[in-house]
Amino acid sequence: MELLLDLISAVCFILGALLILSGGVGILRFPDFFTRMHAAGITETLATSLILIGLMLIAGWGLVLFKLVLILLFILLTSPTASHALAKSALHGKLKPILHNEHSK
Amino acid sequence: MLIMLAVVLLTVMVMALARALLGPSIYDRILAVNLFGTKTVLLIAVMGFLFGRPDFLDIALVYALINFISIIGVLRYFEYSDSKRIEGEP
Amino acid sequence: MNKHTISLFCILAVLWLFNSGIYTPLLLILGLVSIGFVIWLSLRMGIIDDESQPLQLSRKLPAYYFWLIKKIIQSNIDVVVLVWRGNGAISPCVATLPIGQQSEIAKVIYANSITLTPGTVAMNIENNSVLIHSLTTHSMEELREGDMARQVSRLEM
Repeated sequence: MELLLDLISAVCFILGALLILSGGVGILRFPDFFTRMHAAGITETLATSLILIGLMLIAGWGLVLFKLVLILLFILLTSPTASHALAKSALHGKLKPILHNEHSK
Repeated sequence: MLIMLAVVLLTVMVMALARALLGPSIYDRILAVNLFGTKTVLLIAVMGFLFGRPDFLDIALVYALINFISIIGVLRYFEYSDSKRIEGEP
Repeated sequence: MNKHTISLFCILAVLWLFNSGIYTPLLLILGLVSIGFVIWLSLRMGIIDDESQPLQLSRKLPAYYFWLIKKIIQSNIDVVVLVWRGNGAISPCVATLPIGQQSEIAKVIYANSITLTPGTVAMNIENNSVLIHSLTTHSMEELREGDMARQVSRLEM
């Protein structure tokens, strides 16, 4: 049982690490602010969840588990608010997104 | 496994810092700092497990709170700093 | 003492009990005092209502969360593939979509779900429409088909 949990958490860690690296690459690679925001989105939803779930699996029952759940909930609840606030203020700041149609014409 | 995770997190934090330095707009920098903050939360949690001190999770929790509030605060400052653009705001 | 205040009290009590981990009489009394203080502040601010404590949704939320998690995993995979394929693969676009939901809270849930799924970000909500930036035209089409909107409408009923 112990071994199984360790194995699942290792899989979670590897997947989370891959996702987080992709997000990091995306934030460097994408052409403008609005597209970079999507890249930051993947590191904040699934990658964070996977890493924290992996930690939960090796934590065992107890207060530590509850605190990890709390951190996960908090990040999941606040990250859309932060992204929305960022997008809205960028829009107010007259930042123009690069659009596909303009690009191809 | 935890060490690998910590190294990956640090790498991504360096990437976020690079984006914060490159810019070009102020919003890119804020986005990068936000990303850096959430990765710091994860790094603190992972470090807590790595050193066998789960008390670190309290710090991670508080850091997550501070990170969110500081981002919103900085954004409000930049969103409404130019009062000519938005009517009805002091 | 309505049900919203009681629900806030329960949430705060659970938070205190599990975060402290020390159960001596002094700390429990301090916890009770701070919970009372927070509830007094919230009552004074008038923020205890069915918007901050959406109890009326609690029976339908688990099914919605299950659907949302599935959606988030799907779109995460999509965006990761796009990241590694590079700038040629993306087709960013901006569009205004109408919101069918009536209540404020359903609108907020809809917009936040859009932002939470990578690949689409809700940028602005005006009366009954939401301005969306999307990483590909494909994911914009998916939103336009209204699968997510239907799921949120189911919450509202």
